[in-house]
Amino acid sequence: MEFTSILFLNGEDRPPTETLKEPDFLADLNLDQVFDAVAQGREQYNLKPFFYSPLTDVDSILYRHEVFQDIESPNILSCIQSFAQAMRVMRTNLAQVKGLYYQRQKQRWLLDAVSVYCDAVASLAQGLGGGRVSSRGLAAFSGYVRHYCASEQFRELRDEASMLMESLSKVAYCVLIKDSTVMVRKYEGENDYSVEVERTFTRFKEAAAKDYRIQFQEWIEMDHVEANILEFVAKLYPDVFQGLEDFYSRWTDYVDETIATFDREVQFYLAFLDFIAPLRRRGLAFCYPKITMSDNPIYGRDTFDVALANHLEGRAVVCNTWQMTDRERIFVVSGPNQGGKTTFARSFGQMHYLGTIGCLVPGEAARLLLFDHLFTHFERQENVASLTGKLEDDLLRMRAILERASGTSIILINEMLASTTLRDGILLGRRIMEKLRQLGSVCIWVTFIEELATDSEVVASLLSTVEKDAPTVRTYKIERHPPVGIAHALSLAERYGLTYEALKERIRS
Amino acid sequence: MKVHLLYSDRDAALNAGLPDHAQALVDDLGLDAVFGAMADGDALFLDVVRKGVLSSIAGDVATILYRQDILKDCLANPRVVMEIFECAGEGLRDVKRLAPFTIFNRSPNSILYSALTIVGSLSVTLRRLRAIGEAQGEIFRSEGFRNLFSTLEKELDDEFFSDVQRHRNELAFRGGVLLSGALGVGNKGTGYVLRAHPPQRSGWMQRLMARKAGVYSFKVAERDESGHRALSLLKDRGVNLVANALAQSNDHILGFLNALQTELAFYIGCLRLRDRLAAKGLPTCLPAPSPRTERRRAFSGLYDVSLALQQEDKIVGSDADFGDRCVVVVTGANRGGKSTFLRSIGQAQLMMQAGMFIAAESFAANVSEGVFTHFRREEDQSMQSGKLDEELSRLHDITSRLNSNSMLLLNESLSSTNEREGSEIARQIVSALAEKRVMVFFVTHLYEFARDWHEASRPDSMFLRAERLPDGTRTFKIVPGGPLATSFGEDLYGRIING
Repeated sequence: MEFTSILFLNGEDRPPTETLKEPDFLADLNLDQVFDAVAQGREQYNLKPFFYSPLTDVDSILYRHEVFQDIESPNILSCIQSFAQAMRVMRTNLAQVKGLYYQRQKQRWLLDAVSVYCDAVASLAQGLGGGRVSSRGLAAFSGYVRHYCASEQFRELRDEASMLMESLSKVAYCVLIKDSTVMVRKYEGENDYSVEVERTFTRFKEAAAKDYRIQFQEWIEMDHVEANILEFVAKLYPDVFQGLEDFYSRWTDYVDETIATFDREVQFYLAFLDFIAPLRRRGLAFCYPKITMSDNPIYGRDTFDVALANHLEGRAVVCNTWQMTDRERIFVVSGPNQGGKTTFARSFGQMHYLGTIGCLVPGEAARLLLFDHLFTHFERQENVASLTGKLEDDLLRMRAILERASGTSIILINEMLASTTLRDGILLGRRIMEKLRQLGSVCIWVTFIEELATDSEVVASLLSTVEKDAPTVRTYKIERHPPVGIAHALSLAERYGLTYEALKERIRS
Repeated sequence: MKVHLLYSDRDAALNAGLPDHAQALVDDLGLDAVFGAMADGDALFLDVVRKGVLSSIAGDVATILYRQDILKDCLANPRVVMEIFECAGEGLRDVKRLAPFTIFNRSPNSILYSALTIVGSLSVTLRRLRAIGEAQGEIFRSEGFRNLFSTLEKELDDEFFSDVQRHRNELAFRGGVLLSGALGVGNKGTGYVLRAHPPQRSGWMQRLMARKAGVYSFKVAERDESGHRALSLLKDRGVNLVANALAQSNDHILGFLNALQTELAFYIGCLRLRDRLAAKGLPTCLPAPSPRTERRRAFSGLYDVSLALQQEDKIVGSDADFGDRCVVVVTGANRGGKSTFLRSIGQAQLMMQAGMFIAAESFAANVSEGVFTHFRREEDQSMQSGKLDEELSRLHDITSRLNSNSMLLLNESLSSTNEREGSEIARQIVSALAEKRVMVFFVTHLYEFARDWHEASRPDSMFLRAERLPDGTRTFKIVPGGPLATSFGEDLYGRIING
């Protein structure tokens, strides 16, 4: 099978890596924070461009789902992780080859790099082989690697490297330092003197002992005394060191380009899975969404704001379930402030965006729209010049959206029209609502203007909710609901577990 | 090689933390005065006796008897005990002089050099200790001392001292430093290990020089400073392990001398306290402990050590036999000696469990798994609000820690609320404790509680009262007797204010 890319079903979809910019709505969805966290520690792979490039057809998304599903299996995951780790080590080794002064050190670092590379590729081929993978992407790649490993060139590289490593590991020598003279010869089985000292004093031995060993600073470079000693060691083992020299001049460029590309691109999957792993351990679900080009229903079950969940760390995350059925296209979200409305709108947008880049999405289950454009109309703090200026700005931005949006676009509106009178707000809001209905875009509109939630097949009303018994306590749950317009001495002892019954339980036998 | 004078089978572990309530014990039982008398101004002693007493709260009968035997030996041979103590102390001081600064960032070569000096000094001390054992060991009877002397004899034999001498010679490196190495990361030498020169000393070099083939040498030029630095770094790597081994060995020997000094200090402290009390004509006795699962308590002439040390007047001792009762309720006049009595009970328990003698004519009791005190705090009297809360919170902590074999001393507990509420909470708490067979001493003014409990005539309980003679004077004696309706605050008031 032909193999081009683990990320792109069609190789030509690959983004021009260096130029891609962040879509402007990512910040409104807080996905910029999410992708920062996802890419963190993986800067060397330059992964961001992949996260900025939505896919445009369902099959390309499925191609990624398949790869994700393969990689979610622990064996495949650890196989690819070990490979990636080894490739990082190899690159560090190669950097040493460039930087070092002494020839015998350069030679050795190259040898180390080659050994690491050969082992990495061979274990990768083994780990992915034997029908362990079922995705189109990894199956094709597995075939490619197997073929590469069987090639004459690779086998030669691998055998030579391992023989050399073996003989170098057997080198053992003695150094005698007396005054300023240094003598070097082969090691002849002399005893370890610290063992003799320990033997004399074992009678005093105690479990805990202070460690008097000095941690030496380990330099990569040798000083000239070490270099001299190494030259003598080379004379003691001439064949081994000649072999090393030959190896160095022969294998300068050995890394396969397709494998190097895979090494980078597969990080997209690892990075995302690494990011969601701690969230999943906290009981938050991620799922592979069904993708639709246009028709309802679209839904999300027990979904949540990924950025918020990641930010909250240990604290509880509130999940919401929503569904657009039949002819519904617009959710008007109202209710008490600080009740999770904006969070709901964000998580709606996050799910859809993550869905179009082929990632898992937050929630137990989801069916999502493959949108052509995603627009956000969120409050812009920096533009508050004056009230009229702000209203004008609101409307200008809305117009720009309406001009470009289509029936498969997603529009997220957060507290637009807050800068005018309620009467004007209702009036303008209704006008815009009518436009949206005509366009047929999927829209989440967070607003305090409940009048916008008109009785219609297209528009559904959602509310942020409070505890039944304690109206000041927010649940952060968003639910379908029409707008609604607008609680001594013995008890102390008991609290300290000091009553007869409690104490009898508490006292240990 | 172990000292094992405090425990037959383990080190004293005096560095382990004390229980959380240790400070409360010290305050409530007046232990500072006791420790002070034992330490006689010596910080080392103060630390040892403090920890020795406070950490013994889980003492077992065998350990108590083990220490009592050693204490008897110390009483019989105080001069030899002091001689051993001084020998260990001088050894430790000598080393301190040799290595005044143990600093960071030293090199293995310098660590090795100072370790060699120290091991020389330590072997002198060890020889002295062995000599004392050889000369005086015979007259000691206790298992602890006999084991110590036989350990000294066996472990510090002539071979040991000659090995130490050999290492000191070898590690002077008169024949040069011989290392083995292998190729590490980037072909740099690694895994340096110091090797013993082959038996024919100084032969190696000549032999190798003679056998030119297979040996390469170079000289670092005299003015090549970085070359010489590199050489000494290489030597450092080579001696790193051996310097560590020798320095650790020294630490272990120092640890042994420290343990010897520390553990003896505990017994010497006991001797001092006994001398102080004897000088006042007060009795002491070795107690008879019984297992923690039993309930048994009988004594005669028991008195409060801290009070005895501070007061010139005649001390009033108490006599009692509680049999297997586990609840003792003490009522009676203010300033009638109730707190003093309670303190003497707690002190005696801790001292018995530490293996010490008791400030009494005779004393027998079961061992307790932890002694806990809940005394009315000074500050309670001023702070009205939250007092009960604070009291209950402390009681909660205590009851979370103790178990059915523990001892709890309650002094005026639950007096921060009115008598009715206090009595009810007390009833519930003491009932639960009694049912669990926790040993409870309760000094209380809660008349309602005391009366009800007394009328119940429980076989597990006993009542004591601060004695008051018919003419109103206090004897400071605690005698058997149930609660009386009034406590004698009125008397006290009358005497002090109107007197």
